[in-house]
Amino acid sequence: MAKTSVSSPKNVERAEYFAPGHRACQGCAEALAVRLVLKALGKDTIVAMATGCMEIISSPLPLTSWRVPWIHNAFENPAAVISGCEAGMKAMMRKGKLPAKKINFVGMGGDGATADIGFGPLSGALERGHDMIYICYDNEAYMNTGIQRSSSTPYGASTTTSPAGKKSIGQHTQKKNMVEICAAHGIPYVATACPSFPFDLLEKVKKASETPGPAYIHILSVCPTGWRIQPADAIKYGRLAVNSCVFPLYEVVDGKHRLTYKPSEKKLIPVSEYLGGQGRFRHLTDKDIEQIQAATTRIYERLLRLSEQE
Amino acid sequence: MGKVRKGVEVSIAIADAVAQADVDVIAAYPITPQTHIVEHLSEIVANGELDAEFVPVDSEHSAMSVCCGSAAVGARTFTSTSSQGLALMSEIFFIAAAMRLPMVMALANRSLSSPLSIWNDHSDVMMVRDAGWICIFVENGQETYDNIFCAFRMSENPEVMLPVAVNLDGFILTHMIEPVEYEDDELIRKYLPAFKMKNALHPDNPVSMGCFGMPEIYTETQMNREVGVRNSYPHILKAWEEWARLTGRQYRPIETYRADDAEYCIVTMGSYGETAMEVVDALRDEGEKVGVVKIRLWRPFPLDEFRSAVLGKRHLVVVDRAITFGGQGGPVATDLRSALYKKDGAPTIVNYVAGLAGRDVSRKDFRNIILEGKKKAEAGDTEGFTLYGLRG
Amino acid sequence: MAKPMDQITWQELEIGAVVVEVGNSTQYETGSWRSERPVVEKEKCIKCMFCWLYCPEGCIHEAEEGHFEADLTYCKGCGICAAECPVKCITMIGEEK
Repeated sequence: MAKTSVSSPKNVERAEYFAPGHRACQGCAEALAVRLVLKALGKDTIVAMATGCMEIISSPLPLTSWRVPWIHNAFENPAAVISGCEAGMKAMMRKGKLPAKKINFVGMGGDGATADIGFGPLSGALERGHDMIYICYDNEAYMNTGIQRSSSTPYGASTTTSPAGKKSIGQHTQKKNMVEICAAHGIPYVATACPSFPFDLLEKVKKASETPGPAYIHILSVCPTGWRIQPADAIKYGRLAVNSCVFPLYEVVDGKHRLTYKPSEKKLIPVSEYLGGQGRFRHLTDKDIEQIQAATTRIYERLLRLSEQE
Repeated sequence: MGKVRKGVEVSIAIADAVAQADVDVIAAYPITPQTHIVEHLSEIVANGELDAEFVPVDSEHSAMSVCCGSAAVGARTFTSTSSQGLALMSEIFFIAAAMRLPMVMALANRSLSSPLSIWNDHSDVMMVRDAGWICIFVENGQETYDNIFCAFRMSENPEVMLPVAVNLDGFILTHMIEPVEYEDDELIRKYLPAFKMKNALHPDNPVSMGCFGMPEIYTETQMNREVGVRNSYPHILKAWEEWARLTGRQYRPIETYRADDAEYCIVTMGSYGETAMEVVDALRDEGEKVGVVKIRLWRPFPLDEFRSAVLGKRHLVVVDRAITFGGQGGPVATDLRSALYKKDGAPTIVNYVAGLAGRDVSRKDFRNIILEGKKKAEAGDTEGFTLYGLRG
Repeated sequence: MAKPMDQITWQELEIGAVVVEVGNSTQYETGSWRSERPVVEKEKCIKCMFCWLYCPEGCIHEAEEGHFEADLTYCKGCGICAAECPVKCITMIGEEK
């Protein structure tokens, strides 16, 4: 594990910027991810959020769980909205209309908002070079509206619009690689994270905050409801995803790839152990799982090479 | 910049006005016929003449989204678009008004596809008629320049807090060189106070904007909006009165020309008003007791001013620049018929749709519309609309 | 303190329906959702704070003597704290109906 400045819960920020009373499902690791992200960012943060699980569960009029300034505008545009907040504040501070202050400008969206409907606006915001962070909370489907597939749904997963059936394996396309797409925009910081590895996540959010220019963080957000697992296993499955190399933890700093966690021989597990307990993969045959294992290994080994070469 | 009168392309005058207004953020995507506005603005910013963030967005949808973010932090915000661009951003256009985010748009009216057309009509703004923006129509370069400032003043007023669209006819105004009197910077500074937004997003005062509404509460949010739009009315008038006090140029929600003693009137919105006035002069010389009623404030609709201008007249010939397909004709005539429903002294309304996608409507055409319209009204032929100049 | 949703009048809403009361979701007591609740064996607890760290509700707080316990007003009974406790000193027990 790459060294992190915080490695014990005792040294994690105590302040809660995401108030309880939100309506997330029991065991929602995405809500946990939001809670941890805000601890790393602190109170001088403005959040623009997409329509989706987190927006709905945290903002039923007249209540809000947000203890930082927050705006929800539409589904596909948090990257554009937050770049507007950044541009507006930048201009006003430069012109002396507001006192200068370092503020984190953070766009947040699910995998649907990021990889599908919000793909264009995200690309535009990253290309324009705003001093902002975009965080994708990836629970691998359009969970809020009933578990429909997104381009981030992994191969073989059964969703309500890519159901497994006699003539279908479920999702028959590979997960769109938003991490590499964002890295290809040439932005200074890109990373993957998972709340099951909380110190790695906190470190990466902090790094993104301190990096001038655009940063992108892709957080695997285990969804017990949509993945058909027990709520209590939400953290466990994040660990399995990482230790099976299905979701590698890495960063791309100024174009250089670096794995921040490499599962040791003892920790490394076959993908079958990750896929096996999830209802959304229940229909997969041994052959399907072998295929997934081969693809996973190939992608991880490429990352290892990049990490060592660059 | 001191007070100076110059011949200038109206698009350039708009950009210069935006600069004088000390805008903080400009987010716009190029689309014919608005391009000169954004090109000149980016030039002004690049030369350091205006200290602002020019955000070269990836689409109109992102343009309006960036504007919402910028307005939400209390920055003075400007954008411009037309036609397909307005259509693409329409999702967020509605949201901007619903979230009460102040900003100004120069809407260079252009017809909607399909077929693709870059030329002028009002189908674009009519598409967003119900969005809750304040909509002003201008007829010439001076009015355009002036109303940019009036629009910011109205929009950012804490009693208003609504986005404002200044509608100008694409090409007919955007690309025309007109005489415009520029006011000096000191006057503009006096007229436009700094924008101070009550609950702007800032870590010192965390608020949540855009929470979602269950059925139990959504209705109440809409009434709050509707009242907000209606209550903006006196502030719109005050903004125009104050401008008149400083510059001598008075704008009103309904403006009339030789209508007081007219028996019947032609109703226009936008640049057609100028041509109509010339034609009315000629017709008056021939003994026609005709006048012009010009709608300057489209939304919120100035019901009282409109009624007092037209009640007691025999006929109105309403010239629309868009069709509401499968409806009663043009959107303006439909609104006006509704405004006069069951009112004593309500004139008959005859509806013409003319000048779609920039087809020229000459003085001769206006003369035909007025006289034929009058004949139709007298014959009781008032159903639907006539598409003027249609071949076939 | 926000009024219940179905009692708010249109006049009481802020412009743009902005919510100015920070983090007032605490009025909504999600504790009523659960069918199990976590019980801590204090003698085994090593005060590592991982339960606090992993709680999606953020409702685990420091109690007396540096132990941590779930605020039952909000605890949804997901069982993550019990699953993640390194010394397995948290047990989920059924709520009596």
